[in-house]
Amino acid sequence: MIIATSVTKKFGKLTALDNISATCNKGQTISLIGPNGSGKTTFIKCLLGMVVPDSGFITFNKQNIAHNWQYRSAIGYMPQIGRYPENMTIAQVLDMMKDIRKQSAVQLDEELIHLFKLDGMLHKRMGNLSGGTRQKVSASLAFLFNPDVLILDEPTAGLDPLSTEILKEKIRKEKQAGKLVLITSHILSDLDDIVTEVIYMEEGRLRFHKSLNQLQEDTGEKKLSRAIAQVMGS
Amino acid sequence: MKKIIKYVLLDLLRNRIVIAYTLFLAVISMSVFNLEDNPSKGILSLLNLVLIIVPLVSIVFSTIYVYNASEFIELLVSQPLRRVNIWLSIFTGLAASLCVAFLVGCGVPVLIYAPSDVGIMMTAMGLLITIIFVAIALLASVLTRDKAKGIGVAILLWFYFTLIFDGIVLFLLFQFMDYPMEKPMIVFSCLNPIDLARILILLKLDISALMGATSAIFRDFFGYQWGIVATLLIMTTWAGMPLWWSVRKFNRKDL
Repeated sequence: MIIATSVTKKFGKLTALDNISATCNKGQTISLIGPNGSGKTTFIKCLLGMVVPDSGFITFNKQNIAHNWQYRSAIGYMPQIGRYPENMTIAQVLDMMKDIRKQSAVQLDEELIHLFKLDGMLHKRMGNLSGGTRQKVSASLAFLFNPDVLILDEPTAGLDPLSTEILKEKIRKEKQAGKLVLITSHILSDLDDIVTEVIYMEEGRLRFHKSLNQLQEDTGEKKLSRAIAQVMGS
Repeated sequence: MKKIIKYVLLDLLRNRIVIAYTLFLAVISMSVFNLEDNPSKGILSLLNLVLIIVPLVSIVFSTIYVYNASEFIELLVSQPLRRVNIWLSIFTGLAASLCVAFLVGCGVPVLIYAPSDVGIMMTAMGLLITIIFVAIALLASVLTRDKAKGIGVAILLWFYFTLIFDGIVLFLLFQFMDYPMEKPMIVFSCLNPIDLARILILLKLDISALMGATSAIFRDFFGYQWGIVATLLIMTTWAGMPLWWSVRKFNRKDL
């Protein structure tokens, strides 16, 4: 579904992405793992066309994403830090996104809005929301249009344990519906039971791309966090 | 594209600074016209204020707005939207709301107290200057990543267009006093949209004699219909070029 071929991106002297090639297919739940500054977010931004690679290319459903914008209607993106126009209320932001991304055929998925109890505070201004509530709005927006691909950048950062559970349950549900889910997260224990594949990045290079079973076999560890710790240590 | 403009406008009209700017302009123009009994004189005093304040507010406010909207722009870029449309919508929203502020705060009093050619010309020039400086602000903010630097660049540009440029022109005039400087002066004034606006309004005011020897050639060039059209074209270029450049830059910008 998404194929990246030798994507390289430099910010000045710093090489953020160094010759990354990866293939992501429908139905997979892929976890992007790596230390801070290893290029996870940059890679995700390349997929979204927010960062333009210096060399290499990315295809989405066999179409090159450079100079293309329609493909993004199949992606739901939850940014690491979601900031919205401060003067708008939650309801206005939701309406705006619906207005901008209106596709008549698609059934809107408002489940998260209800589960996060956002419908009780629709009149609150975005500028007055706490970081966690903003994350909830971001998450709701990512799932709202029932996209084929979900890209979640640090989805659980700033969420309370209850909301994290709700979000994980939702991700599991979408995974069963055969969607491609890409997650970056530092909190590895959050991912244990959802992830099917692991991409491990370090200093802009892709160290390995394995299925979870393979990784467990190779390291002899059952838990994802311990398996990764072993890889990082070696 | 219409939808994004709608939301940028809604956000801006709720912004208190735009309202404060409108009130500020209204207070200034009302007091100027009430202090001077001759509306022509009033226009002249207002002109000097407008040509300093309007560029300053347009460029600084637009730059700050674009930086503050960076995450919102990021959100829009991750949606199925063309980048060109996003950028042009922000430009349209900013230019439209600042133009409305100018029209309400300055245009209306001018048209009430001095409803003449000069008044209309001055309102038109104020609107053009607003649009030009919004375009320049967008360019400044797309070229510099750092917020403080970007705002600094914006203020420097304003400083350049309102003060430094005139200083350079004066300096050149004194250096080359012995030569005929009329034609080069026209070229120089085309390099600064604020000067162009000032000359056009002064010529309409019929006090161009104050400008001394160069006035005759200015009259020849700017006074006639085609001269005005040419000036308007140059000013449109002043808005178009920075905007076009900023669109090109924004298309390839990493967010």
